[in-house]
Amino acid sequence: MMSNKIETQKPDMWTARLRQSWQKNLPIEKLLPDTQPAYVASWIYVFGVLTLSALAVIIASGVVLAFEGPSWYHISDAGRFVNSLHFWSVQLFFFFMVVHLWGKFWMAAWRGKRQATWITGSIAFVVSIATAFTGYLTQTNFDSQWIAFEAKDGFNSVGIGAWFTVTNLGQMLLMHVAFLPLVLGLITVIHVLQVRRKGVVPPIDAFDQTLKGVNK
Amino acid sequence: MSADKSAIHSKESAPWQGQVRRYDIVKEGVIALLIVSLLTLTLSIFMGSPDEPSLTFKGWAASNSDNFYTTAVQELAGTSESAGYGAPYNDAGVGLNLGPLWLQKWAGIHHPINSANDFVITPLGEQQQPAEVAAALSTWRSAAVVDKQRWAVDYDAALSAVEGKVSAVKSGDYGPVPTLAKGLTAMATSGALDGLLLSQGGFFQTDHTKQILFFGDGAYLDDAGTAANLQGGTWGMMNETGRYPGQAWLWLYSLWYQIPPFNNEESHPIGANADAYILALMGFMTLGLVMIPFIPGVRSLPIRIPLHRAIWRQYYQTEGIGKRKKK
Ligand code: HEM
Repeated sequence: MMSNKIETQKPDMWTARLRQSWQKNLPIEKLLPDTQPAYVASWIYVFGVLTLSALAVIIASGVVLAFEGPSWYHISDAGRFVNSLHFWSVQLFFFFMVVHLWGKFWMAAWRGKRQATWITGSIAFVVSIATAFTGYLTQTNFDSQWIAFEAKDGFNSVGIGAWFTVTNLGQMLLMHVAFLPLVLGLITVIHVLQVRRKGVVPPIDAFDQTLKGVNK
Repeated sequence: MSADKSAIHSKESAPWQGQVRRYDIVKEGVIALLIVSLLTLTLSIFMGSPDEPSLTFKGWAASNSDNFYTTAVQELAGTSESAGYGAPYNDAGVGLNLGPLWLQKWAGIHHPINSANDFVITPLGEQQQPAEVAAALSTWRSAAVVDKQRWAVDYDAALSAVEGKVSAVKSGDYGPVPTLAKGLTAMATSGALDGLLLSQGGFFQTDHTKQILFFGDGAYLDDAGTAANLQGGTWGMMNETGRYPGQAWLWLYSLWYQIPPFNNEESHPIGANADAYILALMGFMTLGLVMIPFIPGVRSLPIRIPLHRAIWRQYYQTEGIGKRKKK
């Protein structure tokens, strides 16, 4: 027998459970807050956003390069320019990310159950390195010949080279334009959502009563 | 955890109860995106980006035909680097190890390469050859393995004796080997080898393993790498061609290649297996980076060294938080 009023709040429903936990952990006010704790006042906070922005420029320029194919930029001035945008946004991305990483280290920003933020961040760092590396291999120029020749020995020496074949342009290209960006994008989204969910970590001595007001 | 520490921990985990300030994250994001776009645009306009054309077999044979010729002989003799490499290309070498772990060998042969056939004999056979080369090819194909081996190895030795100067080599019984090498050099010089090595009889091809390995067996690629400052022993891993920054983020990976025992191939077991040890070391250190929040000592460094006072200067000042006492 069907009842007119179906119980939708049943905690044993997967969908309901997901919605409830989402609403509890990441309500829209947390996702898009218009205030921040008073201590969020330092230039270091800008570097996460700068990293994110550089990633956006990388993806935008990369999409244009992908539409034209990997050897377009060898023969076209416009291609060379888009390639330059891609190249420099990557350099900026890594610069911002490394400052961000060191900043978060010196803030011990994993405190207060924020370990997952650090872990997703550092995985993003590693995946970024892999993505950039495969990008260098898909330049289809002398540099990629050289890097493929040199790097194969490293990967072969521990057996990874049997599957991750740096001399295989097709594989590297797919890794670079499909698989790795997908992983990096996903990890970045999780990383940023973690930050929003937990709120920005308080300063190291914020709750140490013994130090409060000593200088006042 | 002491009572103090656990109280602090739970406050750090809970939503912030103290003072707040207006903060427009969307506006911050848009401004950041604009700034980064402008920076990228400026750098691209004024600096451009690197693009050294790729090397070709044609270029190799044209610039140093003796070296190409000698390399072709080494492929036939099985004395080239690729011919003796081991996994994942062939079983001619045992590969590197990590102590008792022979990962390279265990991974097996995934990209079978027979240097003599794949680099020399098959390409020669895929094109109409002058009568002399065609005859040499059929002699080679019908010869016994021991004869092939003897001809090629003897010729390779004779070439090394005169430091690869082809015109100076002593005459001897080298069978069809000199003619095959000459034929392949002619193919390379004409540019035909570049296409043939890739296609190997097919139409679509996206794998350049064979060309890269063949290239690496000679001096052409290596010399170009040295000229461009790209050799691993001199931080080349981080370099890019021309005046451009490379993968600077590989500095730590690169560092190991500069210092003993890693930079000494003679030193056992680490130097002789440097590639494997360095990769394992970096894997270990990467795991360390990811796990920093859980590593005692490391995770308390930023708490002990008070750089945080500079980062949150404003907050520490307005709250008047005093310095931690040394314990
Ligand atoms: C794809 C690369 C990355 C992007 C786009 C990114 C983005 C961000 C953003 C937008 C924030 C919030 C704003 C801020 O505090 O700066 C943040 C916070 C954070 N990031 Fe990253 N990040 C990246 C990589 C990393 C890396 C490599 C680490 C460290 C290993 C890291 C650790 C952290 C931590 C711990 C926080 C939280 C700080 C807090 O709670 O106050 N991130 N990240």
